[in-house]
Amino acid sequence: MTKFLQRWTVFAGLVAVWQLLGWFADDPFFPPPSKIVSAAWDWWVLEPENFTGHVVPSVVRLLSGWVIASVLGVSLGLLLGRSDRAMEYAGPLLVFLRSIPPPALVPVFLLLFKAGTSMQLATIVFGVIWPVLLNSVDGARSVDVTKVDTSAVFRIPRWQWVLGVVLPAASPKIFAGLRVSLSLSLVLMVISELVGTDNGIGSQLMQAQREFDYTRMWAGIVLLGVLGYGLNTALLAVERRALAWQPRSRDEQHA
Amino acid sequence: MSNMLEVADLGHTYGDYEAIGGLSFTVRAGELVCVVGPSGCGKSTLLRTISGLIEPSRGDVSLKGSHLAVVFQDYSRSLFPWLTVQGNVEFPLRSLPRAERRVRAAEALEWVGLSGAARKRPWQLSGGMQQRVAIARALAYRPSLLLMDEPFASVDAQTRFELEDLLLRVRREHDTTVLVVTHDIDESVYLGDRILVLSGSPARLVADLEVPLPAERDQVTTRTDEGFVALRSKVARLLNVGKPSMDVEKWAEAERESLSETVSS
Repeated sequence: MTKFLQRWTVFAGLVAVWQLLGWFADDPFFPPPSKIVSAAWDWWVLEPENFTGHVVPSVVRLLSGWVIASVLGVSLGLLLGRSDRAMEYAGPLLVFLRSIPPPALVPVFLLLFKAGTSMQLATIVFGVIWPVLLNSVDGARSVDVTKVDTSAVFRIPRWQWVLGVVLPAASPKIFAGLRVSLSLSLVLMVISELVGTDNGIGSQLMQAQREFDYTRMWAGIVLLGVLGYGLNTALLAVERRALAWQPRSRDEQHA
Repeated sequence: MSNMLEVADLGHTYGDYEAIGGLSFTVRAGELVCVVGPSGCGKSTLLRTISGLIEPSRGDVSLKGSHLAVVFQDYSRSLFPWLTVQGNVEFPLRSLPRAERRVRAAEALEWVGLSGAARKRPWQLSGGMQQRVAIARALAYRPSLLLMDEPFASVDAQTRFELEDLLLRVRREHDTTVLVVTHDIDESVYLGDRILVLSGSPARLVADLEVPLPAERDQVTTRTDEGFVALRSKVARLLNVGKPSMDVEKWAEAERESLSETVSS
């Protein structure tokens, strides 16, 4: 209980301060939280088609983009990480590609995929694959020599080597990468919805902005925050289960 | 008795550095052979060539039967922390049906006295227990040769005695052929049926000694046995313990001669 208080006191305090300032200032650009919450209620709860028509597609996009990037990133990363030479060839290319801000590529993806889901997915995948990929490479390289020797001596089959040794050995680093890319997915989901689409949280944000409906805009921003927090919490819970095998001391470092 | 392992003129060089210089020896079925040598003499290279982890520069290693198991010194790195103790023991048995894997793992854990720890993670156990898990894993694999690389060098003295006795009991009960690489002279005499004494780099065979002790050994009485003490001193002399380095080759030659005299007499 005390821990709960500790975690939320600052947050609640800031919301309260904002509420007070909002009342006094009465600025249309910065509505108080109470107005934002009631706008959100009107918008998504009283009109559920707004929820199913905008929020759900956005979340589906975000998650599918992240899952595709994760599967690609982990498999490619483990492959590159366990190969002696591959990173020497691919390394500079990866650093180059990673350095390109994904929003800059939105026009390219628009040309390649036309406006719509595939262009949005491409933007998300290209934007979030790097943390997973590079962490997987790093993790795959960190399998220690004695474990490599042990596996070689027992002549385990290839699949067991990859799934039973390399993957679990790399998993702490992979999860660190997965978390970074999950929060990046949220950013790129919004960016991918700013052009060429009329559904999704991102496009609704743009629309609210154009109509000077700042309360609604804020409601959208808060929703993104809630989404990000929820997704991160869910992934942390999965990670804690998946990495439960780690010795305690390392667990603490992780938290 | 048939030979389980035959090593013929085995040599290995890293670049210019010659780690092993032409070793030949055999290990008979059911035998426990200790390889003892000064630290850094290429014992690890020898073990890696025998286990197939590196291709030797020259010479032959032939093993009767298809597979061998290795128990490494560093048990904490050799065991997989994401698997339970039982999972670790089953690790080399994935090609077998699940039920058989279970039976073999349970059996091997019983041999090393760890049946109660099957569901634990290796890192929840003490060092000595972890090394017992590694031994159980090797035994569950039913190797034609069990290789051990300084297996008890990372545990405290008390545990070390326990593990030595455990190894002797287990290999007697299950008729396992064992090759132990160690730098500890006492350990080599206590454990071995035979001792291969190596010289410093490049590793060459200085002597191949039979251990004249009964199969049944005891930490207290065996170590004070006359035969034990005499052999220990002999190995120590062969290894040039306590003396500054001199012309090893010449000295080894002299020692070999004196040995052949004692053997023939």
